[in-house]
Amino acid sequence: MVQSSTSSGTFRLRPLLFIATVVAVAAVAFAYTAGWLSPHRLTPKKIVAGLAPPGGPALGHRRNHAKGICFTGTFEANGDGSALSRATVFARGQYPVVGRFNLATADPNAADAMVRVRGIGIRITTPDGQEWRMAMIDAPIFPVSTPQSFYELLTASGSKDPDAMKKFVSAHPEFPTFVGWAKSAPWTGSYAEERYNSLDSFLFVDSTGATHPIRWSIVPTAQPVPISPDELAKRGPDFLEQEITQRVAAGPQRWTMVVTVANPGDPIADPNKAWPSDRRTVAVGTLTVQQIEPERDGPCLNINFDPTVLPSGITTSDDPFPAARSAAYSRSYNSRTAEASYYPGTATGAKQ
Amino acid sequence: MTTSRKRFTAPQRLLHWLMAICILSMLFIGVGMVSTVTPKYLTLVQIHKPLGIAILVLALIRLALRFVYKAPALPPDLPEPIKLAAELSQYVLYALMIGMPLIGWGMLSAASYPVVLFGSVHLPSILPVSPSLHTLLWRAHHYLAFAFFAFILMHVAAILFHKLIRNDGVFEAMAPVLTRNQPK
Repeated sequence: MVQSSTSSGTFRLRPLLFIATVVAVAAVAFAYTAGWLSPHRLTPKKIVAGLAPPGGPALGHRRNHAKGICFTGTFEANGDGSALSRATVFARGQYPVVGRFNLATADPNAADAMVRVRGIGIRITTPDGQEWRMAMIDAPIFPVSTPQSFYELLTASGSKDPDAMKKFVSAHPEFPTFVGWAKSAPWTGSYAEERYNSLDSFLFVDSTGATHPIRWSIVPTAQPVPISPDELAKRGPDFLEQEITQRVAAGPQRWTMVVTVANPGDPIADPNKAWPSDRRTVAVGTLTVQQIEPERDGPCLNINFDPTVLPSGITTSDDPFPAARSAAYSRSYNSRTAEASYYPGTATGAKQ
Repeated sequence: MTTSRKRFTAPQRLLHWLMAICILSMLFIGVGMVSTVTPKYLTLVQIHKPLGIAILVLALIRLALRFVYKAPALPPDLPEPIKLAAELSQYVLYALMIGMPLIGWGMLSAASYPVVLFGSVHLPSILPVSPSLHTLLWRAHHYLAFAFFAFILMHVAAILFHKLIRNDGVFEAMAPVLTRNQPK
């Protein structure tokens, strides 16, 4: 069956060169795809590294929103969301929730009064096994307009150059809008008194297949009581966790989920731009927080509140942030789970 | 496990080339998606999961066909070390084709992610949520992906060696169509 082997002693260079070329071209294409030949590509690794404080990240913890506390509860849909989205989570009914109140800081031991932005992570599970995960903050807009600008903000704020932030601000006129909120908005003394916003725009897909660009918020039923950061500092570095634990133990805390529908022409792709306040809103249900649990051994510890984990009926929009957040959250999750032994008190990891 | 046939059967050849496209795409998608934060990231992840499961299913079908139809014998004049390498590499490739999707599935399960294939279709979790298990599987998935690509490069180099230097019929055994200078 063999027609010809190499005639002995003849070294055939050309086919060997051809083989080497094929292998080399494939290897270079692979390296290019992996970003090894593109040092300027914005990677999840760069964003996560940019979040780290000068002394390095807190091992075993989320790379941002590192300080937090778990909760469980329910989302009770009133059925009104079904006109906008066919997701089962909007069908009238009650669905279990695991969530996490948190502070937007890379330091899990930060004092509450030192952190301006507060957040909430929520996972709603429907009986068909689908999940809707979200991570929202109490700011009404995001500090910048694009993931690239966010990376530049991280780089500037961590820079030793005293003019770095000044340069950043002059190049990003959208940033002062956020600073204006940070400086003027009242602080509260409770996670339960905050309104949390999706900021990013998503698309709701209705039963006819039509898409509706939306954002959503959860609006507290608790009355916000303003408090100065100084007063909050006096109550102790971990006051917010103590307060929410006592508050929920005394009675469940509720938020109304309100969906805002964009008008044509509203900025979908830029979470730094608020939509006009007269946009149509639909209250779609109620989030009830029933039990608080410490993060250590708590049900939220091993959950990545990746905002792109969406049920059928909700998709991402032209907003570039959810993809960037998903990529960065994933890297953060991979890092912190590999460092689980550093997480205080959980040598063997947490229960589910 | 050999047959007197000179070539793999048509279904085996079809599966081989279909899977070659799937697996190469898969490796490029995988290495590309973890290096970007653009919206391409989500698109690539959404392809990666169902394609991985498709490869798992195809690999199992292919393994069954291999047991039924077996493989053509290697040329008798092939030096023993090369014969051994050829046979071992097939075990490795089958192990990777079946193992990588399972490791990926297990990794997502151990991290408490839903394994969404498309729309509302998702797979059950196959492992308990565990940071240590997730870390083990994530590392395996990561390093084995590079090993897989390296193996494919060797596989390509080897088959080109068979075709261009030895011209011994090994390439023709799996070629999608018969080339003109096929061995007698």
